[in-house]
Amino acid sequence: MTDETQDLPEGPDAAARPRVGVDEWVERVAGGSEAGWQGALRARLERVPLWSKPIAFVLPLGLFPFFTGSDYWMQVGIDTLLFMLLALGLNVAVGWAGLLDLGYIAFYGFGAYGFAFLASGHFGLHWDGQWVIPIVVAATVLLGFLVGLPSRRLVGDYLAIVTLFFLQLFLTILLNADRLSIPFKGQVDFTRGPNGISDVDQLTLFGWRLDSLDDYFYIALAAFALVFVGLAFVNDSRTGRAWRSLREDSLAAELMSMPVNRLKLLAFAFGAGVAGLAGTIFSASQGSVFPANFDVTALITLYAMVILGGFGSLSGVAVGAIVINLALELLRTPEKASWIFFGLLLLTLPFVIRPLGRWLAVAVGTVVFGFVVRALSEQFWERGVEGTTPGLARIDRIVDGWVLVPADPDGLAKVGYLTLVAGVLGLTLLKGWWRTAAFVPVLYLAACVWENVMVGQPAVARYILIGAMLVALMASRPQGLFGTARVEIV
Amino acid sequence: MDWEKLVQIIVNGTTLGSVYALVALGFSMVYGILKLLNFAHGDVLMVGAFIGWGVLGRLGGSLDPTVPVVLLIALMMVASMIGGGFLGVAIERFAYRPLRNAPRIAPLISALGVSFFLQNTVLLLWGADFRSYDTFDLVDPFTGLHVGVLNVWIIRLVVIASAFTMMLGLYALVKKTKLGKAMQATAFDREAAAMMGIDVDKVIVKTFFIGSALAGAAGVLVGLVFGQINHFMGFNYGLKGFTAAVVGGIGSIPGAMFGGLFIGLAEAFAAGYISNTFKDVIVFSILIAVMILRPSGLFGKAAVSKV
Repeated sequence: MTDETQDLPEGPDAAARPRVGVDEWVERVAGGSEAGWQGALRARLERVPLWSKPIAFVLPLGLFPFFTGSDYWMQVGIDTLLFMLLALGLNVAVGWAGLLDLGYIAFYGFGAYGFAFLASGHFGLHWDGQWVIPIVVAATVLLGFLVGLPSRRLVGDYLAIVTLFFLQLFLTILLNADRLSIPFKGQVDFTRGPNGISDVDQLTLFGWRLDSLDDYFYIALAAFALVFVGLAFVNDSRTGRAWRSLREDSLAAELMSMPVNRLKLLAFAFGAGVAGLAGTIFSASQGSVFPANFDVTALITLYAMVILGGFGSLSGVAVGAIVINLALELLRTPEKASWIFFGLLLLTLPFVIRPLGRWLAVAVGTVVFGFVVRALSEQFWERGVEGTTPGLARIDRIVDGWVLVPADPDGLAKVGYLTLVAGVLGLTLLKGWWRTAAFVPVLYLAACVWENVMVGQPAVARYILIGAMLVALMASRPQGLFGTARVEIV
Repeated sequence: MDWEKLVQIIVNGTTLGSVYALVALGFSMVYGILKLLNFAHGDVLMVGAFIGWGVLGRLGGSLDPTVPVVLLIALMMVASMIGGGFLGVAIERFAYRPLRNAPRIAPLISALGVSFFLQNTVLLLWGADFRSYDTFDLVDPFTGLHVGVLNVWIIRLVVIASAFTMMLGLYALVKKTKLGKAMQATAFDREAAAMMGIDVDKVIVKTFFIGSALAGAAGVLVGLVFGQINHFMGFNYGLKGFTAAVVGGIGSIPGAMFGGLFIGLAEAFAAGYISNTFKDVIVFSILIAVMILRPSGLFGKAAVSKV
């Protein structure tokens, strides 16, 4: 076998890919599939003992509340932890079992609403947390099981559409079940529709009432640590290996007498249970739940986290959740959005334009190019420099003297934006020095578009960046930051 | 028995169904050739609707069009078909082609990313407001067919007629032309088709162009009949269009037409006789039932997986 593969002509990136026909496990054990310092780093990371990974997350996060006094940052911290939990759960279905579950966020919503039903003034039930959480988690597992049932007969893409439809239905019910007519009882307000349930109790565990954000932060952290350790054990167990075999080739797995259907259902149920747990904590910590918390936007954000971190890697998806959630949060505030945007550009470009010398040339070239264009514009097209950017960060003030800011950019903004998209796409077609040279005007255009159009609506712009990131990641590094490269069976 | 209501529901369902059928065709063609679920397809419809709206605005708007109404509608359709087609080609070139040999999950994620990108781009540049074609100002709501209990607004007739013309045209294209045969061959076995001298990449590009042009046209039809468009409309039509494609049998053109009409009528009947808010529940139940009872759809052939 090896003789044959060596005779094949090797592509330019042969070293970066796993060898054809080599099992994932063999590949990993035989040594990193990547060359250079990245491969060495990965090999290093893989030799780290299992127990040290949760500690590496829990210790710094556990210290976080001591360094921040503001409620806002505590809230962001809780959000981040909940997303980390969700990412772990989604990783079970998508990363391990290879089931593209696009209804995942509905399980989160189910958990959150489940808690709100059993512990709020809505139905007048005020149960204690130690009862509500197991009940809700069990119910979510059951729901995951039910949604998974049709999946037994569906290959990947059909499953995706069924689960997406399920999410849509879940949202429809949340939004419209506020005036259900039930026989003998008349109209019943079941979910309060778009207004959500806003008088959810605080979490009470064995008589201990969680009433500060710090408490919720630690509860979420404890849940994360528990789930992380639990899933790490599951991953190393028989079931974990069976899931991965299912992901690699479900037909082969079935031939090896794996109970494929049961494994799929199990993966669905596991993932759903984790989402249900996260939902209960979400509900209690927010004190309110709204249908808008569980829409497609949240779903795609969650997918972006798992994909950036890398399918199949527990610590990877957790890191992905931290990075994406923090970036999204900072991008939302006009005072910080520009820092994140230009920071991201600076961070990612060295990976796109290599070697470092070229990157430096592009950076200097862009700055010079900007000043030249600006000077030309002052001479021949005064309107182009008359406006000011709507950005509020200090960097916006600095950049303001460098980019073109027309007084009334409305029509130009659209042209500029579409040109930028065309420019970025065009870049992928170019090679060598042409590409490097083309980076200069495109980067400058990106800065102009950001300062004119996007910085004014950072809440929308951030999702555009997420969408673009998903496409770019899939084309360049589908395994994300920490995932292992998939072996395609040919 | 309220005959007028029944007839109205059938007319509504057929209109809705012909739009779904157009969307389903695009889905079905792309799925047949690439085995890829193009989540961005619904958003191509949305962009098509916005292109039509832009053309309408340029030509004086609904109240005061500068060209005859028939020409105006034709121009809107042509512009959105060309725009949608090129958008589809660009999506294929930049989002899917690099992933031709990647694991199957990769293009699906990429498609989600494209969909999210398109939605938010339109949201950024055009805002979140619902836009209206104001078709009632353009065409008097009382013109049309009036026979007994049958009252059909002329725009509905236009929508149904143009959808069916396009579908028949597509059917003829696939069955009679060389390109159509190449498409069938590529869908059947891509590698074998390539070995037989078919330029597979070109066929895929053309398939995307045609499918997306149909979606763009469907966007204008939606705008004409249902009035309001916004950046998120593509999601619903994409979902229903895919359901229609699956119900009809994915990869089959008559199946997509039938599936579209079936889903459209089912939705209209559910909305008319059961509950407007929960009509999606019924469509979803149909989807689940078809998938469990006959996974290859009503018109599709059972897939044989090669080992």
